[in-house]
Amino acid sequence: MSIILNHVNYIYGEDGPLAVKALDDVCLQIPDGQFVGIIGHTGSGKSTLVQHMNGLLRAASGHIYFNGEDIYDKDFQMKKLRSKVGLVFQYPEHQLFEIDVFSDVCFGPKNLGLDRREAELRAFDALRKVGMPAELYYQSPFELSGGQKRRAAIAGVLAMSPEVLILDEPTAGLDPKGRDEILRQIKELQVRTNMTILLVSHSMEDVAEYVDRIIVMNKGKVMYDDVPREVFSHYKELEKIGLAAPQVTYILHALKDRGFDVDVNATTTGEAVETVLGALGRKGTYI
Amino acid sequence: MGIIRTKDLVYEYVRRDEEGNVEGFTTAVDKVSLDVQAGEFIAILGHNGSGKSTLAKHINAILNPTEGTVWVDGMDTSKEEHVWDIRQRAGMVFQNPDNQIIGQVVEEDVGFGPENMGVPTREIWERVEESLKAVGMYEYRKHSPNKLSGGQKQRVSIAGVLAMHPKCIVLDEPTAMLDPKGRGEVVRAVRALNDVEGITVVLITHYMEEIIHADRVFVMDSGKIAMEGTPREIFSQVEKLQELRLDVPQVTLLAHELQKKGIRLPDGILTVEELADALAAGNEMH
Amino acid sequence: MLRDITLGQYYQTESVIHRLDPRVKLGGTLLYIISLFLFRNFLGYGAAAVFLAAVIGLSHVPFKFIVKGMKAIVFLLLITVVFNLFLTPGTELVSVWKLTITVEGLRTAVTMAVRLTMLIIGSSLMTLTTTPNNLTDGMERMMRPLKVFKVPVHEVAMIMSIALRFIPILLEETDKIMKAQIARGADFETGNIVKRAKALVPLLVPLFISAFRRANDLAMAMEARCYRGGEGRTKMKPLVYEKRDRLGYLCIFVYLAVGITVGRLRF
Repeated sequence: MSIILNHVNYIYGEDGPLAVKALDDVCLQIPDGQFVGIIGHTGSGKSTLVQHMNGLLRAASGHIYFNGEDIYDKDFQMKKLRSKVGLVFQYPEHQLFEIDVFSDVCFGPKNLGLDRREAELRAFDALRKVGMPAELYYQSPFELSGGQKRRAAIAGVLAMSPEVLILDEPTAGLDPKGRDEILRQIKELQVRTNMTILLVSHSMEDVAEYVDRIIVMNKGKVMYDDVPREVFSHYKELEKIGLAAPQVTYILHALKDRGFDVDVNATTTGEAVETVLGALGRKGTYI
Repeated sequence: MGIIRTKDLVYEYVRRDEEGNVEGFTTAVDKVSLDVQAGEFIAILGHNGSGKSTLAKHINAILNPTEGTVWVDGMDTSKEEHVWDIRQRAGMVFQNPDNQIIGQVVEEDVGFGPENMGVPTREIWERVEESLKAVGMYEYRKHSPNKLSGGQKQRVSIAGVLAMHPKCIVLDEPTAMLDPKGRGEVVRAVRALNDVEGITVVLITHYMEEIIHADRVFVMDSGKIAMEGTPREIFSQVEKLQELRLDVPQVTLLAHELQKKGIRLPDGILTVEELADALAAGNEMH
Repeated sequence: MLRDITLGQYYQTESVIHRLDPRVKLGGTLLYIISLFLFRNFLGYGAAAVFLAAVIGLSHVPFKFIVKGMKAIVFLLLITVVFNLFLTPGTELVSVWKLTITVEGLRTAVTMAVRLTMLIIGSSLMTLTTTPNNLTDGMERMMRPLKVFKVPVHEVAMIMSIALRFIPILLEETDKIMKAQIARGADFETGNIVKRAKALVPLLVPLFISAFRRANDLAMAMEARCYRGGEGRTKMKPLVYEKRDRLGYLCIFVYLAVGITVGRLRF
C-alpha cells in the first residue's frame, strides 16, 4: 500500500464566515503501480486532495499514511515525502525560471542535496523519459513551444525520482495533438517504470483510454471510485454534477434504446467499434 | 463586400537573438484571403502555432498586415484614422479570463468600453444592463470578478464587448482555459449572440465540439487556410484533420472507423443522434 | 501572512460614512490630519477625539476591527515615543543610569503618541469605508487641477485601480508558484539571510514573467476595447455631490472651527 487516506477533512477559510469544506471525510487507498484518474469539476476538491498527498496542505483532521508511515508524525520527514510523491501543478511551465531547460530540471535533485554528478544524471534521465528532443536541452525554457515547456516542467518533477507522480490537469491549454502526446508519454512512463500515477482531469474522454481506476470527486467527497466502465455507467448522475461520460457511452446507450444488442459499458472508441460491429453482425444484416 | 474581408494577408515577425540581432523572419499568416458575410457564424480551427490567433488580431487592428489588406465593414485596418471605429465594430474576446477584465466590479468592467467611446452616463447603464442580461450574468453585476468561475468571467468579457454595440465579435480561444461546464456556458452565450442579436461571430478554437453549429469552418495550418467548408464537409475528412494535428468528436471518429470496416454510413456525422439513427435506418433497410 | 494586514482594507457594511462621496472623505481626512498638528493644548485633542468617535460610531465599523489594523504599526509608534522621551533636551524630571527623561520630553512623547494614534485611526477609517475604486475616482477628481501642470492624473488613477484589481490575482499566483517550487524541494523557510534571498529567485523570476505577460495581455485587451487615455472618456459612475455630502463638509468645518479655537488657546 503506497498511500492511504483515512477520514481526511480540510476546510478553506476556517474561521471566516465563508468556510468551505474542501475535503469531506475522504478515505482512499492508492496501491503501488496503479494509474488513477481523479475527475471532478472546478472546485470539487480534486486539486486540494492531491496537495494533501505530498504534504503541501495539512488536513484539519484524519490521517495520511505513506509507505506505512503517518505523514503527520512529529519525526516524519516532509521533505522526503515531497521527493517521493512528485506533484506537477496545473500550467507547470509557470514555475520554470532557469536560464536553460537542463538547469531547470536540475533544480529539484539539487534541492535534495545530491551532488552535481548525480543531479545531472537524473536530469538527463528525466528529460529522456518525457521525450524532450536533445537539441532543446540547453535552450531557454521560455522559448519553447507550449507542449515542450510542459515536458520540461514535468521532467523537473521526474528528476526527483518520485515513486508516485501526481499530475494536475497536465493537458490544460494544449491542442489535441499536444494533449495526446503528453498523455501517451505519461502512459508509457507508467508501463515502463511501474510508477504510481495520479492524473487529475476534468475530461472523462481524456482519461478513459489510459487509467485503471477513476475517482470522481464532488463537493469535497469521493462520489465514485471504480474501474472506468463502472463509473461511466452512472453517466446520468455524472451529468447532474457537471461532468459527462465519454461520447461513446451516449452513442451506445442511444443504440441500445434503438434495439441494438451492444455492450453499453465500452469506454474507448476501439471497444465501441468492436461491440457495434458485434451487434450488427449478430443481426446478420450488415456484413 | 462582406463585413470582414482579407486579401492576400501576410504577417511576418522578426526573430531576434539574445543581443537583439535579426535572426530571420517567421511568417505567421501566409497569403490568407477570406470574406465573411454579416450575420455569419465562422469558426477558425488550427493547432497551436498555426497562425489563427495572429489572423484574429488583424480583425481588431491590434496587428497590421505586412502585406495585403484587411477590411472591416469596408474600412482598411491599416489606416490610422479608422482604428477606433474598427475596434468598436469588431469586438474581441481573449483566451485568459483573468487578463482582460479591468473593472473591480462586474458592471464597471462591462461599462469600460462604452466609457472609452464617450457614451453618455445614462446610456452606459442601459447598455451594461442589456449586455449582462444577454449573457445571463445580470444577477452578478455587483460581484467582484475575482470571485467568479472561469466560464462566468468569459461571459462578463463577452458582455463587455457587447456593450460597445459591435457588428461582429472575434473570440480568440475563449474556452481554452475553462472546464467543460464553463466551455458549455461560453459556447451557448456565443451562439445566442449570433442567433438572437444577429452579430457576426468569428470563433477561434481547437475544440471540435464547439464548431458544430458554425455556418462555415476554416482550418489553418502553418499560416495558410488548409481546409474550408461546412462543419459536415470538414468532419468528413477525418484523416486530413488528424494530419493537421486536430481531432474529431468521438462520434465522428466512431462513424469513420465503422465505415472503414465496411458499414455504410453518411460522411461527416456530427451528433450522437445522427449516428444512432443512421445505424438504425441502415439496419431496417436490410 | 500578507492577508493579516487590515490597514488599507475595505470593510463591507452599510452606513452614512460608506455612502459619502469619496471627495468628502479624502478632503475631510486631510483637514483632520492637518488639524492634529495645529493644536497647542489637550482640549484640541479632546475635540478631535470626540469627532473621531462620532465618525466611528456612524461608520458601523467595529472598533475592534480598527484596532486590529493598528497592530502592524505599534512598533513604529513605540520607537517614536521612546526617542522623544529620552532624546528631548530640557528640565530634568527623572534620571536613571545614562537615560534622562525631561519634562519637555514627556510632553512631546505623549503628544506624538496621541497624534499618531489618532492620525492612523482617522486615515484607516477612510480606507475602511471607501472601496478602492471609489477612492481612486475621488483622487482623480480632486487632483484634476494638477493637469494644468502636466501631471498625468487620469493615468495615475487608472494604474492604481488596475493594481488594486491584480493584487489578489498575483497573491494567489505567488502562493501557487511557491507551492510548485516547494514540491520540487525548494526551501523558503530555513537558513540565513543570504540563503533565503537566494531561495527567492525561483519564486520571483516566474512571478515577474507572469506579471509581464498579464500586463501585456491587459494592455491589448484595453486597446481592443477602445481605451486611449482619459481624453473624451465618459463615466459610468460620475461623482455627484448630494445633500449628505454637503452636510459632511459642514460637519468637518464645524469641527475645525471649534477644534482650532479651543485647541490653540494658551493657558
